[in-house]
Amino acid sequence: MRHRSLLILTTALTTGALTLTACGSRDDAKGGDDSSKKTTVVIGVDVPLTGSLSALGQGIKNSVDLAAKTANKNNEVPGIEFKIEALDDQAVPASGQANATKLVGNKDVIGVVGPLNSGVAQSMQSVFEKASLVQVSPANTNPALSQGDNWGKGELKRPFKTYFRTAATDVVQGKFAAQYLYNDAKKRKVYVVDDKQTYGAGLAAIFSAEFKRLGGKVVGTDHVTVKETDFSSTADKVKASKADSVYFGGQYPEGGLLSDQIKKTGAKIPTMGGDGIYDPAFISASGVANDGDFATSIGYPVEKLPTAKKFIADYEAVKYDDPYAAYGGYSYDAGWAVVQAVKAVVAENDGKLPEDARAKVVEAMSKVSFDGVTGKVAFDQYGDTTNKQLTVYKVEGKVWKDVKSATFKD
Amino acid sequence: MHELPQQLANGLALGALYGLIAIGYTMVYGIVQLINFAHGEIFMIGGFGALTAYLVLPSGTTLLVAIPVMIIGGALASVGVATAAERFAYRPLRGAPRLAPLITAIGLSIVLQQLIWGFYPDAKKPRSFPEFQGESFKIFDNLYLQRADAFVLVLAPLCMLALGLFVAKSRSGRAMQATAQDPDTAKLMGINTDRIIVMAFAIGAAFAAVGAVAYGLDKGQINFEMGFILGLKAFTAAVLGGIGNIYGAMVGGVVLGLAEALSIAYIEEIPGMQQLGGGAWANVWAFVLLIVVLLVRPQGLLGERVADRA
Repeated sequence: MRHRSLLILTTALTTGALTLTACGSRDDAKGGDDSSKKTTVVIGVDVPLTGSLSALGQGIKNSVDLAAKTANKNNEVPGIEFKIEALDDQAVPASGQANATKLVGNKDVIGVVGPLNSGVAQSMQSVFEKASLVQVSPANTNPALSQGDNWGKGELKRPFKTYFRTAATDVVQGKFAAQYLYNDAKKRKVYVVDDKQTYGAGLAAIFSAEFKRLGGKVVGTDHVTVKETDFSSTADKVKASKADSVYFGGQYPEGGLLSDQIKKTGAKIPTMGGDGIYDPAFISASGVANDGDFATSIGYPVEKLPTAKKFIADYEAVKYDDPYAAYGGYSYDAGWAVVQAVKAVVAENDGKLPEDARAKVVEAMSKVSFDGVTGKVAFDQYGDTTNKQLTVYKVEGKVWKDVKSATFKD
Repeated sequence: MHELPQQLANGLALGALYGLIAIGYTMVYGIVQLINFAHGEIFMIGGFGALTAYLVLPSGTTLLVAIPVMIIGGALASVGVATAAERFAYRPLRGAPRLAPLITAIGLSIVLQQLIWGFYPDAKKPRSFPEFQGESFKIFDNLYLQRADAFVLVLAPLCMLALGLFVAKSRSGRAMQATAQDPDTAKLMGINTDRIIVMAFAIGAAFAAVGAVAYGLDKGQINFEMGFILGLKAFTAAVLGGIGNIYGAMVGGVVLGLAEALSIAYIEEIPGMQQLGGGAWANVWAFVLLIVVLLVRPQGLLGERVADRA
């Protein structure tokens, strides 16, 4: 009995102490606001910060942080101080949903950039819609997110009005890859492998349909499991099928190993994939065997765009721990789009943030238009980017080299 | 039917790797009835230890020289962590209800993962590992053996043989058998059971390090998450072969590896089964096999060593 009363006492004390500290910190924050006379607006970021995709996630987080810093430095929106709050979704849909709920609960959050994975986005969309909180993904490419589940049949219907993205969809990317592989690389027999995820399976299906339409042949298909590492049996099936190329729908951890293991069987054929494998880790993690592999990615190479020079210089000046990676430019643009939407809303409301700021920002987002790092940033009626530039990259001497950049044509 | 010998070779190599890791589960279980769920992470740390040893070597060292150094480096790291875990995480809980050390093991596995993630340089992404260069060995027209597969297929039986001899012939090995049969009586006979338990952890960890080197040489990369799935598979292999039985671990590993390779290659060629074949279903078939074996033969393929204690 004495133990129990001790327990109750400790619990009560702890709870009390926590409540007090919580109150204290809130007061502190208010005091700070008064002195600087600025309203703090938080841009939420949801990406994988741990796990095998963290390289991409850190790049996104830092790029959005750079956008917020730049906005503060330029005094882009007078009276508003931007901050970011980054949450880790570990590329897991359930964590993404929990993070979405957390971000919605923080009344200072006025827009969210992220997530990286289409599968995670699926779990977050309705949470944001209910709270009318705008979400801009720099990396989701699955068409269903913005055009509804029946996009394949041509019935486009936008499911969530709060969802926007600066990345082009897989319809564009998958077809572009098929056209390159058939027309430019002159491949005719492809073996298609995917990882069964929203992104990978969707991309592989779009690619296969376009490759067949062009006259090519899909000589076999297989699926791999995420986080598995032994694909030697699949690799031997590829070899036995006499395919002259492989298309992989998925991310670089599995893609790099698959390409490696296929080449080890003695089949000298290139592996192609989407932006999920376009990462330095695809090459660095698997020896020297990746030469000749292809990846498509959205937009033109950031290093080659004149508009991106300032972004790259600024990014280097801050000395972030991780590189901006594949989605840096799109993430900066996504963050900047939120800033611009806030700017429009504040300008309409006599320089102050209105009560229903979240809903107003969603409206303003559809009218955003500016010259970003990756080109013109604007959204169509589905919330998709109007930018349809793509690039094919090839592994040469342990780095990705761009081999063809073009604006996608159907 | 494409390339049955090739798929058998793939399965054998994968199975030998599972077997090497499974030794750690089975020995610890055989002696203290603890399922050390952190063993997958011990394997992972062996890989990082081997990588560290390789990075310390002067660049340009041939793999022939580097591999023994890597095995030693990996074994030092994994044995160190395993014995420290035994001393500080499991020994204080000996005698506690079995659930307590089990939960500690799960917690420990997360801690070890995060330690590598946080403190090993660049471990947030997969780290590249020295890889065998050059062509694979051609055995027949339709059977190529990759260098890394050959490595694990030679090394695993050698390790097993050494362990078998050690347990059967050496003084410590017999003390180990005695402790497994009845720790209290063994103690009364003057056996230092604490030392035997540490030894079981250490041997399991050393085998895991050998497995980690083989894994790294094959895949060309290691990462801080790799212990989870492989640990789970190795645990399955240990149960399949009869947990507590060291030969069972190897047999279970090989059976599991073959089941995976063959299910990837052939299930979809059975009419009406296209939807259930391929790489995505390999784990399902492996676990179906486990369930079937446990239903028919609950003690595992070779039987549990602990069964004769009752």
